[in-house]
Amino acid sequence: MTSTVTSERVLMEGSEALARAAIVAGCRFFAGYPMTPFTEVLEHFARLLPDVGGACINAESELEAVGMAWGALATGARAATGSTGQGLSLMQESFSEMTLAELPLVIFNMARGQQDYFQATRGGGHGDYRHIVLAPQDVREGVEHVQLAFHLADKWRNPVLVYGDYLLAHTQEAIAIEAIEFPVLPAKDWAVNGSRSGTGRSGAVTSLGIGKVGQRALGQEGKAQYIATKIPYMEREVRVETGFLDDAETVVVAFGSPAKFVKYAITQLRAAGHRVGYVRPITLWPFPYATVAEAAGLPSVRRIGSFELAAGQMIDDVRIGVAGRVPVTFIGGVSTDHSGFGVGRILDVEVITDRILALHVDRELPVIPGYESCSYEMQEHQA
Amino acid sequence: MSEPNVRGTSVEITKIKSRGTVTIDVEHCKGCELCIPACPPNVLTMSTPVNHMGYRYPELHPGCTGCAACLLVCPDFVFEVFRFEQPVVTEVPA
Amino acid sequence: MSGPRTPIVIDTSSAPTVPARKVEELKPALLLTQEHHMCPGCGEPLAIRQFLETIEDLDVAQRSIAVAGIGCYTSFSGTMDIDLVQALHGRAPSVATGVKRMLPDALVFTLQGDGDMVNEGLQEVIHTAARGENVTCILLNNGVFGETGGHMTATSVIGQRTKTSLDGRDAEYHGYPILIGDLIAQLQGAAYVARGSVHNAGGVARTRKMFKRAFETQLRGEGFTFVEVLTMCPTGWFIPTAEGPGYMNETLGEVHIMGELKIDGRVRTTEELHAENVARQRELDEQLARGGLHDE
Repeated sequence: MTSTVTSERVLMEGSEALARAAIVAGCRFFAGYPMTPFTEVLEHFARLLPDVGGACINAESELEAVGMAWGALATGARAATGSTGQGLSLMQESFSEMTLAELPLVIFNMARGQQDYFQATRGGGHGDYRHIVLAPQDVREGVEHVQLAFHLADKWRNPVLVYGDYLLAHTQEAIAIEAIEFPVLPAKDWAVNGSRSGTGRSGAVTSLGIGKVGQRALGQEGKAQYIATKIPYMEREVRVETGFLDDAETVVVAFGSPAKFVKYAITQLRAAGHRVGYVRPITLWPFPYATVAEAAGLPSVRRIGSFELAAGQMIDDVRIGVAGRVPVTFIGGVSTDHSGFGVGRILDVEVITDRILALHVDRELPVIPGYESCSYEMQEHQA
Repeated sequence: MSEPNVRGTSVEITKIKSRGTVTIDVEHCKGCELCIPACPPNVLTMSTPVNHMGYRYPELHPGCTGCAACLLVCPDFVFEVFRFEQPVVTEVPA
Repeated sequence: MSGPRTPIVIDTSSAPTVPARKVEELKPALLLTQEHHMCPGCGEPLAIRQFLETIEDLDVAQRSIAVAGIGCYTSFSGTMDIDLVQALHGRAPSVATGVKRMLPDALVFTLQGDGDMVNEGLQEVIHTAARGENVTCILLNNGVFGETGGHMTATSVIGQRTKTSLDGRDAEYHGYPILIGDLIAQLQGAAYVARGSVHNAGGVARTRKMFKRAFETQLRGEGFTFVEVLTMCPTGWFIPTAEGPGYMNETLGEVHIMGELKIDGRVRTTEELHAENVARQRELDEQLARGGLHDE
């Protein structure tokens, strides 16, 4: 299949769909380093980009991958990089600095679970910066989000991260890659391509605020100020989905592919007469605090649960939104398979339904089946 | 080279030929002195007065060849180099 | 060597009034101002002048893009009239790779110090060279981290005193220097590798020729090119400025051997380089004494 756009549905794995979506959005450069469960994204870019005149480099490490994307972006091209959480850890200095340099990088995190929430939303890099974070619940939404990511990155001249996971990357779906039309953005007159060298009006793409002689420049202090004051404007990009809230007693907050399981579980619970609703953040940053606050403020709502495949990260943002109106309980858990890469025991409709119900009827949360012997309280140290 | 004057007494006069010259932007000099040993005909010496930054700067004596060695080794872009159409002769008492 | 034959001082405050031809400009056209904050006696502006003038000579300014690392030279990012991307410490080669892949017809070069390239960024430059990326990496090698105050780098030589080797670099405690030019020359993707210096006019002139060869090789698409320039850092070496060139030649220059280390695919031997250095220095000194180095 040489054409990237498919108007008919074709069976393909999530990684391929995301790569195709990026190319449809105009991405012409990708660099990455193999790491499970992200590796296939790199493979698909390597296969598909040359056909559209682009370049994909298997870099010597994640550090160089993000550096190469940096250079490509500086020329005005659309470019991306990605990894799983560990690889993104290596890229953090560059992420911070590229945000200061106002480069529109798109970052793929094919995460091992949802434990990279803090990394994505708080950032592991230095200084004040925020990345817009999109959390698709399935491949179809992923295809939309990837295209949206490139648009938002260019719109704000700010990196945007697409938070996927093992399930999204490796699920095969029949999917049509349809190009989304976005509002036209201004030309990238900030980019450098050599044509202004020697004219007295050469440009610089820099995080340091150093300007060319004779041109206005913010300097390092001014640059930091500028980036900080951009943040409230980017908060307008918040996106969220809600369901079954009208007379809900219990509201569950969940994101990404687990959210799809949660929504299904809640549909079943509703059918059985339980008044449960949900809030699904689509942007993890900006987090939909207002929607969570509104939900917590509904007269019927008694309690809020945060479901995540983690030890509890998004719950911090849920608590900020709820602001003490009702109790917030963590009903998720760390969950991977035996390899540590994939999805685990908790991502199971029965387990999830059970945990939501336990919250709903104020029953003690059951131990996640299979994890009985892993708790710290056991005081048994096993490698 | 000495030339007798018409009255028969001898006055030593040296003729120094300069094939080139430089301009020296003394206010930008940082007194590093790299140009002094770089000059093949040895016609640069450091001044006694200082510039506005407090640095001594190079002064040019007759004999410059316009080779531009000083310019090549100067970190502060202090020199311009010229070559005369005709060598300029400076006569000095020996 | 004796000094001038007369104490007569010539007025050098303005251009000569007798007919004369200006043969050298105050600064390169591609430098927007002569002002900079380098220390007295710093060798870096000497190297920067040479590659900027080489770009002018080759008439490729309108497709030149610089990728700057982090060091004293970073401030030139604002004074070079070249489209520029600022990279993190050590990370210029990967950024240059991304630039060149998107703009294959551009002249793309990095500007890095030894701390930047050989400490932080060793992996980057080696892989970029191995891949044969058509970019030119320029190394300003003064054997210290200058901007932070004079600390040991991977190129500092045994015995060299720095703030992190106060009694002189000791092989047992601090290990041995990396001869980066020589390392890069071994890689198949590297098409042209040279090490020049700016300790005297002859060295500066040789370095200029190396820049020209490197850029021309890049423009012919023949692979990775590398020009290392040994520079003076009297501040980082804790010596008077006038002693800089001698120190450079006698410490760094004895370990990091100057010359064209790889040309036309062939790595040259140390013996070849030594012999050539002696011959070239003599040749250049004679040319200078006769009145100039330029091909006119």
